[in-house]
Amino acid sequence: MRVTFKVYRYQPEVREDPYYDSFSFDAEPTDRVLDGLNHIKWHLDGTLALRRSCQHGICGSDALRINGVNRLACKVLIRDVGSKITVEPLMGCEVIKDLVVDMDPFFGHYRAVLPYFMNEEAPPDRERIQSVEEREAFDDTTKCILCAACTTSCPSRWANPGFLGPAAIVQAHRFIFDSRDRGAADRLSILGERSGVWRCRTIYNCTRACPKEIQITKAIGEVKRRIVDDRS
Amino acid sequence: MSRPTNLSLGRWFSYRGGTGYLLWALHRATGVGVLLFLALHIVDIFLLGFGPELFNELLFLYKAPWARVGEVFLLFGVTFHALNGLRIIVQDFSPRLWAHQRRLVVLEIVVFVIIFLPAAWIMITAFLGNE
Ligand code: SF4
Ligand code: FES
Repeated sequence: MRVTFKVYRYQPEVREDPYYDSFSFDAEPTDRVLDGLNHIKWHLDGTLALRRSCQHGICGSDALRINGVNRLACKVLIRDVGSKITVEPLMGCEVIKDLVVDMDPFFGHYRAVLPYFMNEEAPPDRERIQSVEEREAFDDTTKCILCAACTTSCPSRWANPGFLGPAAIVQAHRFIFDSRDRGAADRLSILGERSGVWRCRTIYNCTRACPKEIQITKAIGEVKRRIVDDRS
Repeated sequence: MSRPTNLSLGRWFSYRGGTGYLLWALHRATGVGVLLFLALHIVDIFLLGFGPELFNELLFLYKAPWARVGEVFLLFGVTFHALNGLRIIVQDFSPRLWAHQRRLVVLEIVVFVIIFLPAAWIMITAFLGNE
């Protein structure tokens, strides 16, 4: 099938303003959008800059705005988005070149929620036992690949770049609800601040954007609830 | 030179979010609308301090046909904003309901119609009857 890619370009060394480039070529309906971008880069215009690594939805480096909504380019088939495909960088991040954005603020917010195991107690002889139910409480949020599709789909984040954003909250949720961890109070106090969970307006853009189908709005709701319950 | 952020009003509008995104936008718009009306209302009550004549003269503002139409919009704004706000509170405090967003929205729309339509009907017929 004939496809036309309209791609956001920003090449600061040759042109000051961003612009769009169009590329038409033949592709299989079962090709992924990433295959199309690779085709452009390898055969049509080698100057196109984009990030990708695993190409199998694991590394989280190729989240892009595809036909108006955030997706992983390596997880979307061309037949599912049609023959006219518009590809843009994630919204609300500084664009470094073409589709490559500055992810530093995103990872800064990730680090801000202390996304690591915290427990000063002496480890037991063998493993820290956890029941199936205890594990289930945070099972969903372990799936996050930090692609930023959720955070950059959030209007609260567009309006307020200081908002920690859904991805950081998902990562915090993964440890807050882990029965072996002891750092919940620290994380909840960070998430309870002005730039934390209360900036979430329950819009669901994040949940719809997540390529791992994490129930993000639910996870954020659980953190909100936990903060309120702990206060009362 | 500062880098672009791929953010503009056009992109805000063109992001293909779902029902939640649409309702959020409407929530904001009605919020601003109600706030503007409130500001106007505070001003006219304030003018009462300068004597009833001035106030009575200003009442033409609320009798003008466009103001009557505006009141129907106000009713729309207040009703929607209140009901949508309640839905969000319910969802925020019951994360278990996250998967039932659709159903809650349908419920919200049903209650909205039950409140808004009869009230708007009364307002519009009263307005037309006075003409
Ligand atoms: S929660 Fe989903 S969308 Fe957000 S960063 Fe993790 S994997 Fe990506
Ligand atoms: S390239 Fe790794 S997630 Fe798409």
